[in-house]
Amino acid sequence: MSQNILEVKDLHVSVQDKEILKGVDLTIGSGETHVLMGPNGAGKSTLGFALMGNPRYEVTEGEILFNGQNIEDEPADKRARAGMFMSFQNPVEVPGLSVSSFIRSAIEQRTGKRPLLFKFRKELDSKMDALHIERSYAERDLNVGFSGGEKKKAEILQLHMLAPSLAILDETDSGLDVDAVRIVSEGIRAYQEEKKGSLLIITHNAKILESLHVDHTYVIVDGKIAAEGGADLIEQIGSEGFAAFEGSI
Amino acid sequence: MSEQTNDTNKNKMKNIEKTQVADIDRSIYDIRNDGADDYRFDAGLSAEIVERLSREKNDPDWMREFRLRSLEIYNRLEVPDWGPDISGLDMDHIATYVRPKNNKMQNKWEDVPEEIRDTFTQLGIPQAEHKYLAGVGAQYDSELVYHNVRKEVEGQGVVYMDFEGALHSEYEPMIREHFMHLVPPEDHKFAALHGAVWSGGSFVYVPKGVSVEIPLQSYFRLNAKGAGQFEHTLIIVDEGADLHFIEGCSAPRYNVANLHAGCVELFVRKNARLRYSTIENWSKNMYNLNTKRAIVEEGGKMEWVSGSFGSHVSYLYPMTILKGASSHMEFTGITFAGNGQNLDTGAKVVHTGADTSSYINTKSISKDGGVSTFRSSVVIGREAKRSKASVSCESLMLDSISRSDTIPAMEIYTSDADVGHEAQIGRISDEAVFYLMSRGISEEEARAMIVSGFADNVSKELPLEYAVEMNNLIRLEMKGSIG
Repeated sequence: MSQNILEVKDLHVSVQDKEILKGVDLTIGSGETHVLMGPNGAGKSTLGFALMGNPRYEVTEGEILFNGQNIEDEPADKRARAGMFMSFQNPVEVPGLSVSSFIRSAIEQRTGKRPLLFKFRKELDSKMDALHIERSYAERDLNVGFSGGEKKKAEILQLHMLAPSLAILDETDSGLDVDAVRIVSEGIRAYQEEKKGSLLIITHNAKILESLHVDHTYVIVDGKIAAEGGADLIEQIGSEGFAAFEGSI
Repeated sequence: MSEQTNDTNKNKMKNIEKTQVADIDRSIYDIRNDGADDYRFDAGLSAEIVERLSREKNDPDWMREFRLRSLEIYNRLEVPDWGPDISGLDMDHIATYVRPKNNKMQNKWEDVPEEIRDTFTQLGIPQAEHKYLAGVGAQYDSELVYHNVRKEVEGQGVVYMDFEGALHSEYEPMIREHFMHLVPPEDHKFAALHGAVWSGGSFVYVPKGVSVEIPLQSYFRLNAKGAGQFEHTLIIVDEGADLHFIEGCSAPRYNVANLHAGCVELFVRKNARLRYSTIENWSKNMYNLNTKRAIVEEGGKMEWVSGSFGSHVSYLYPMTILKGASSHMEFTGITFAGNGQNLDTGAKVVHTGADTSSYINTKSISKDGGVSTFRSSVVIGREAKRSKASVSCESLMLDSISRSDTIPAMEIYTSDADVGHEAQIGRISDEAVFYLMSRGISEEEARAMIVSGFADNVSKELPLEYAVEMNNLIRLEMKGSIG
């Protein structure tokens, strides 16, 4: 039996006392890719933030097990150091903090060792090249003045540099043009294949999934899983939309 | 917190050593040398004390008269009532002159008395001199204890002397012509005080066309308890010349008030450039009432870089007079006010020449109930046609008990001036902290990174070693800010 990297049991999450998630269950096995789809406002991003540990999202009931350990009470940095990563739908701009020194500090905090500059730069350069990010962006302030596509590519760059065991990708395809979707999608596939990483891909658009292997799909409607199945569920949603699932809970 | 983080903290500690500013642990800055002064004037101020000081210094007659005239002005002027409270400063209890033991200025560190040399070594001054400075002056209490300039810089004709030595040298006429002409004792009560009791400081003259490639630095250390430091800095950068001068200050903490009322006068001649950088890290019992002023001739450039971290109360507004046509001024500053600090800082510029331009860009951070006030004053006179001025101030408040105020003033007497002003007050966003934490960065580190980033445009203006020191100061101030 393959080890489960993530188990979510009957998860209830509130934001400012309003319940958004109303009992979500999901289990991701090591190395698997799961997709979470659903209409706007169904609670997709809430699930991502709750898993990563954003203090605004309060877990009122249920459990989150990461590698078999309860993490509901752990702060985000501990979850990240344990191997979790989240690509943000709206990456935050941090003036005065360069992309490269940010990533280097994050690696240092995760591993306890400051990566050697030369080796780090070489790795960063090659990963930036692969994602078609201009190398000069390494010295730019984190996300400041980046276009939507550049921000998302910078998130995937961090995914590659930090090499987590589970990556939650929140709407990584939103606001991207066709070329950027292809580049980002290739970047995700590299993470799947080279790092054997586990993924929870949150999206409402099937485009990014076309070239990716998917093990399992969930449809979330009004804070609950309304349907789940294999990759074929994505096609069904593609042709029928979410309306078919909205009556099923 | 994991073991790894502790390890990285240990590594950081090595770098931080010489930048301890927090009240709790300032181990390096707080080394007090209890026996280092062998001569101090009684506290308080009288004509007799000023005369004694003047005799002690072997002043020329004009200087003795200048001191006595300044004292009269001092007695006449009122304490400023428009800024932070300075009633904790009782002049009857401030010693105006403290001479360290074995006072003889040296040009070799080996010859500086051991306990004083140790203090400067721990502050990293001899090491810095060796690595990246063209000349160093080190003042301990009221006297310069060390002064040295690299041969090649001397060979270029650059004069960098202790102020009193210069006053008894061939440069006396030059000093007499400039001394307290930019900052006359009538300017305000503490300028008058300075005129009466100044001692120590530096004199710099850069001849025409000479470019000093590496910076000169003066470091001012006030060790004595309940004392004042009143050093005078006079710099003349002649036509087409170029200089970077760095000023550093620190003091150990005592329970009684100390006073710093220095005076800096800068003359930037035609097409010359002067950069004047300061990292001020006085202890938090210090009243820092310092006056700095520059006058810039045609085509000249004045650049100020100013970091204010220490002191209990500061009044600090470096002023620039853009006298010559097409002269230019840039001011980049940062102020960090923590617990018990009221730092009133800013910049002033007066445009009198045509086509002049000024650019003031400041950041202020307040934390743990600290008060940071930014004052700017821009005056564009009638003759200053087509002048440009831009003022920008960004403040960051790290909690709800701290304060940040912005008080801009502008007086424009031309119709074609191009003037802009921008002020922003903000807090650290929870979203940004969470974003950094989601990458494995601890909350404390995330906040420190955001604050360092906020200060980045100032640290970029500093030589690397000073930028590192400034970041360490910020990190130290941010330590333990969670919880």
